[in-house]
Amino acid sequence: MSFVNVPDNLEKHLQAPRLFGVGRARIATIIIMLLLLVLPLLAWAMGNKFYLDFSVRMICLAIAAVSLNLILGFGGMVSFGHAAFVGIGAYAVGIPSYHGYESAWLHFPLAMIAAALFALITGAISLRTKGVYFIMITMAFAQMAYYFFLSLEEYGGDDGMTLWSRSDFGIIDISDGLTFFLFCYSLLAICIYMTFRIVHSRFGMVLRGCNSNESRMKALGYNTYAYRLTAYVISGAMCGLAGALIANLQDFITAVLIEEVLSAYTIYWALPFGIILIFSVLFVKGGVNGLIQRGWQGGGKS
Amino acid sequence: MQDSIMSTLFLIQLLNGLQLGVLLFLLAAGLTLVFGIMDFVNLAHGSLYMIGAFICASLTFLTGSFVWGVLLAIPIVAVIGYFFEVLIVRHLYESNHLDHVLATFGIILIADTLVQLTWGPEGIAIPLPDYLSGQVEILPDIIFPTFRLVIISSGLLIAAGLYWLITYTRLGMLIRAGASNRTMVSALGVDISTLFAGVFALGAVLAGVAGMLIAPITEATIGMGNDIIITAFVVIIVGGIGSMKGAFIAAVLIGIIDTLGRSFLKDILELFMESASAATAGPALSSMLIYIIMAIVLALRPQGLFPPKVR
Repeated sequence: MSFVNVPDNLEKHLQAPRLFGVGRARIATIIIMLLLLVLPLLAWAMGNKFYLDFSVRMICLAIAAVSLNLILGFGGMVSFGHAAFVGIGAYAVGIPSYHGYESAWLHFPLAMIAAALFALITGAISLRTKGVYFIMITMAFAQMAYYFFLSLEEYGGDDGMTLWSRSDFGIIDISDGLTFFLFCYSLLAICIYMTFRIVHSRFGMVLRGCNSNESRMKALGYNTYAYRLTAYVISGAMCGLAGALIANLQDFITAVLIEEVLSAYTIYWALPFGIILIFSVLFVKGGVNGLIQRGWQGGGKS
Repeated sequence: MQDSIMSTLFLIQLLNGLQLGVLLFLLAAGLTLVFGIMDFVNLAHGSLYMIGAFICASLTFLTGSFVWGVLLAIPIVAVIGYFFEVLIVRHLYESNHLDHVLATFGIILIADTLVQLTWGPEGIAIPLPDYLSGQVEILPDIIFPTFRLVIISSGLLIAAGLYWLITYTRLGMLIRAGASNRTMVSALGVDISTLFAGVFALGAVLAGVAGMLIAPITEATIGMGNDIIITAFVVIIVGGIGSMKGAFIAAVLIGIIDTLGRSFLKDILELFMESASAATAGPALSSMLIYIIMAIVLALRPQGLFPPKVR
């Protein structure tokens, strides 16, 4: 094994994803973000209110996905327990409003802090393991969180709990559909920008270094465990935010959020979704983003 | 008097725990073989469990006998497992664990939908023949359902058979060799892809048999595999991935702890808690129990309790 393994396509790595100085994936992100803003607003203007809520749902899932991407895509940590943070964020909205505290200035910080704390504690234990063991231990913690919230009889238990009103910001009123959409949209934009800045910062470089070769990073003197844990906590807090938004969107919280945040959304689409999933893993390495990048490269060559 | 009721209940729950443990072992054995030898995370192992149950149900109604249903369903599940490996799983060995998890999660969704399209959304109860559906007195004053005894004994028999297969046969030798050093085995001229397909089919049969055995008690239902597969993963993590012995011991341990926890934890908590809070904490804690055990094992001894020897 050589100590300096330069990838064969190093030059491509350095040059390919740039188009006029801007990454191709970045252009795709900007286009999608623009569509996500314009299309629902058009639908709303034409009187289709449903698509506004539908887009808010997409935005909430996108925030959760962005947070997962920070640790999975860049940090290489395959967490199976991310839904737990969504659940914690949701209950951080539900439990205070049950007791009559409706201020969003309490709900949202509480959601993020509670999720971050849970991430800190479980991450400190989980990150001692690697690979499939990490997958399983994060899943175990998510299951524990699931059964914990399920047992809270006071807060609905397995019946779930209904929110009577959305979180109250004082200055803006998010119970209005359009305001809520714009609010969630700006949060998503902030999250994407923050993740982008994190990934391209020194911290992000170390994180990606840990992913591609941890022993080398250790040899360079980095405390890789601390870097990973920090990323895990940031990601958890962001996912908690997504949970708080989902709670506000649905006006209803249940522990099932933790169990099947992925599959619950695909009950009616199970078969096509399953086939898409298998094909994308088998044939489209790197997912949609990889497809975009490769499509551009192929076009560039011809 | 109170004591004797309590100890009777304890013994019965111990047997129920053993029965769950045996089923978990059947699932975990296939999982740990596939995982230990091919380094493949198969979330869809539970789907084979479900498919086994449904095929057995249909064959039972067709032949009119549960025993024939099981005997005929076994080769069918083996063939399904074989083609599953050849068509999909084989192409995934090269990729990482995340791809395995995503792809097999997709397979779960497909399998659940296909079963629903074939057999309908309702669960199917499998009727037992008279000589299996009764109860027997195993000790004075302690009666236990015959069929649960059948599950325990057939599970233990299969476990013994597997032990013999792995320890004393040429196939078992290749399996063990594959688990400790895959590359070396294929370098020595063993057709590793056929071996893998065979092992996968064996795991599928074990999972299918577990599904067939539980179906007369719980009915064959859609998604029945998805809950138990998580527990089976807990078992192989606790036992040490790739280790048959570890899978067996951990399966029995987890089965018994889970069952006893569900039946007695509330009473134990009542000894030093108010009964209202014990009634809330008991069920929650007993559901969490196996995950807590797994988290502790992973944190203190990440390679599991009985890891296979790897060079």
